[in-house]
Amino acid sequence: MTPPDASDAAGLVLELRGITKRFGALTANDAVDLQLRRGEIHALLGENGAGKSTLMNVVYGMLTPDEGDILVDGSVVHVGSPREAMDHGIGMVFQHFMLIPVMTVAENLVLGAEPRKNGLLDLAGARRRTRELSDRYGLRVDPDARVADVSVGQQQRVEILRALDRGAKILVLDEPTAVLTAQETAELAEVLRALRDGGTSVVFITHKLHEVLDVADRVTVLRRGKTVGTIDTAGADEASLARMMVGRDVVLRVEKEPGTPGEPLLELEDVHAIDDRGLPAVDGVSLQVCAGEIVAVAGIDGNGQTELIDAISGLRHVSSGHVRLRGKDITNCTPRAARDAGVGHIAEDRHARGLVLDFSLAENLALNDYRAGTRFGLLKPRRMLEAAGRLLHEFDVRGGTPGTPARSLSGGNQQKVVIAREVSGNPDALIAAQPTRGLDVGAIEFVHRRLLAERDAGRAILLFSLELEEVRALADRILVIYDGRIVGELPPGASDEELGLLMTGGGAARVAS
Amino acid sequence: MSEQTPAGPDVPVGGPSSQPEYDLGGGATVGARLGTALKSGGVITPIITVLFSFLVGGLVVLVTGHNPIDTYKAIFDGTGLQWLFPWTSGADRSTAAINLQQTLLITGPLILLGLAVGYAFRAGLFNIGGQGQYIVGSIVAVWTGSSWAGMPHVLHVILCMLLATAAGAAWAGIAGALRAITGANEVITTIMLNWIAIWMGVYLFGLGGPLQNGTQPDVPISNDVVASAKLHVFWGDPELQGLHIGIFVALAAAFVYWILLNRSTKGYEARAVGFNPEAARYSGIKVGRTYVLVMGTCGALAGLAGSLDVLGWQFHLATNDIQGTQLAFLGIAVALLGRNTAIGTCLAALLFGALVNGTSVRNLDPAVFEPELAQNLTTVIQGLVVLFVSADVLILLIYNKLRPRRAAPAKAEVPA
Repeated sequence: MTPPDASDAAGLVLELRGITKRFGALTANDAVDLQLRRGEIHALLGENGAGKSTLMNVVYGMLTPDEGDILVDGSVVHVGSPREAMDHGIGMVFQHFMLIPVMTVAENLVLGAEPRKNGLLDLAGARRRTRELSDRYGLRVDPDARVADVSVGQQQRVEILRALDRGAKILVLDEPTAVLTAQETAELAEVLRALRDGGTSVVFITHKLHEVLDVADRVTVLRRGKTVGTIDTAGADEASLARMMVGRDVVLRVEKEPGTPGEPLLELEDVHAIDDRGLPAVDGVSLQVCAGEIVAVAGIDGNGQTELIDAISGLRHVSSGHVRLRGKDITNCTPRAARDAGVGHIAEDRHARGLVLDFSLAENLALNDYRAGTRFGLLKPRRMLEAAGRLLHEFDVRGGTPGTPARSLSGGNQQKVVIAREVSGNPDALIAAQPTRGLDVGAIEFVHRRLLAERDAGRAILLFSLELEEVRALADRILVIYDGRIVGELPPGASDEELGLLMTGGGAARVAS
Repeated sequence: MSEQTPAGPDVPVGGPSSQPEYDLGGGATVGARLGTALKSGGVITPIITVLFSFLVGGLVVLVTGHNPIDTYKAIFDGTGLQWLFPWTSGADRSTAAINLQQTLLITGPLILLGLAVGYAFRAGLFNIGGQGQYIVGSIVAVWTGSSWAGMPHVLHVILCMLLATAAGAAWAGIAGALRAITGANEVITTIMLNWIAIWMGVYLFGLGGPLQNGTQPDVPISNDVVASAKLHVFWGDPELQGLHIGIFVALAAAFVYWILLNRSTKGYEARAVGFNPEAARYSGIKVGRTYVLVMGTCGALAGLAGSLDVLGWQFHLATNDIQGTQLAFLGIAVALLGRNTAIGTCLAALLFGALVNGTSVRNLDPAVFEPELAQNLTTVIQGLVVLFVSADVLILLIYNKLRPRRAAPAKAEVPA
């Protein structure tokens, strides 16, 4: 044990010693240690549910630890509330921003510490302060823009600036990249490096390995509430980080045999559809997915993927064109008829669309077939329970029994429930929309293996993904969607450059190559 | 903390299932929010809610310069509930019997009106239209009950009840259809439909109205229900408003409600839509049709309640009856307190039935408390219940904070 003052001598701006936080029988943090140096970017890595957010909520005064000490600049401090945390120079940027959308950037920035003039809000002063901060840290924001009108990346900058405005020397970011595009992520990395070089210490929470290696100087890995260790990122690689994080060797890219495509099962012919604003979103898509084949649709978010998925599964009107399954026309049938015809659908957003979070697992697993075998309109609770027990076992869903509410499962296990339900209907075609979004590496591996197994079982799988790595790992063929049109087809070995060019609308001349 | 709280922050993967924290912020509509708040907290919070309401009600009595304990004692004596105690005997017992009959006479329709609100809550809808649906049911019941004088008794009663039920269903179905087709908020449309029902009744039974009493042209009242359509009185004197079989109809409806909600495919669809309409739609459930069916079911229950009152003891409707009825609004408090469950609704209906009867002019001794004021006390307590049920969120928060967190024993049954 180092004496308290040794901490400062070692250049530590923040030190956590033996932090334990229990929620009843659950120990979310079990004697966790963390040492943050002055002027470093420190990643906090762990699977969903490893205790990262709990730990940082302790640091920010949102939770009180049951045991352990927090040391700032070498002395033990009590952090009972976010305000006390700010007083100690600790600032936090949450995953869900705490901004007021109808107010301007400047108004949001000074919120809680508003400059006054004659007892009134000094708006000019707020704008000036915003501009000064923006210049000092090189984070460009427009003080007069309404927060609702600026991009998510911009909003995050406002949050960071606000923390800096309150005197943060230690900046904690909770999964900052989860909401950002690739471009915005790269910009954030630049910002964080600039802050580090200016002497600010940064802790950022993530479960994405490559971000750790790209951005952080050191990384502390948590697993099931315990510290696994802290290492320098120089010299580390993704495989070793994944092993620390999951506790076993993880296959980051599942091995796959080339598929053996059979007869075409799902066919789209010149499908058109409009989006919610009435603008054309799917503009003449034709494609074919064969039995035993994964066809990936790659593209930048918002190029018609959602509308295309909805059009195939009967959730959106097809204004012209045809959708066929096993040669049978299912264009514009109801969502239920599409399922009954054999289209399974792993929905894009499991919380909003894939699950009823307040339903039990058994009720969620029965969402598609709760009417099977019923008489007089009465449910078959025992059949539902038995089927659920079987599926939970088969799909290795952990943390719940058939009676557990879906809400209390981790993201990975929730996604397993969705996949179990969709696969159990034995569909000919399976649409998998962003099937690994927000999952950690262990769960991603499971999902990837399962999708390949379903392919090999003879299903036609249409995968939609924003992650090029995932597309390449799973697909037998890659279709690139841009502006509602399929602009090209590439083999799974295609390079980032080839894919990127097509995805951004370049190389459109190769259409139907 | 604006974000949704999953199972305790960052629960270890594969760890024991934790007590889910109640999501009190979610839900876009008033109905959805209340529905969420209501499904949590078990039986403790409703009991606390009632105790709080009585406590604050007692303070109100105290402020008026009366003794709250004496007042509550007098109200209790008026409910007739002491009939249940074996030591009540002699004249006390026969008085208590009459009082209890009156209490249960109100309880029956209140159960139905509570269920009519509760089922909508479970589907994420807020049915404030119980009043209009009840009135429409009453009107149809009095119309059919005062016609067809020669019909066999059982057939006539069943026919009247069925038609009243169907009328209530159709009335509420309008609000459901408007929601499904145009997205019109059911809170607004059901309130509007209440007024339409009221003024329709005033027109029908008003002087010169099409259904006004033929023999009394100067009185704005309907014809009397004929003998063959009157509900059988099984306890007490039929001439003195004894207890009719409607209470069993209401209890049977509560049982059907439980089956419908927890064991039927339609109830499953309703709950799925109530919790997450988007996920329901993705799984192929027709959300709009579910709204129409749910509202129709609610209206059927409220319409049935109207027929019980008309065929059971009112036997005719005057225009001021129609304008004055507040029973359906009590149904909202019943549903809130009963947490949309079948048993809870029955118990809450009994509580409010007892309160209404116990504070009535006939029962309360003016020496203890002026009955006119005591009736307002019912309204005060009703209001406090609604207030505290909404503030339940607050009680729940405190309860969640104080209670040591523990892993929930996994529940074995499927549908909650």
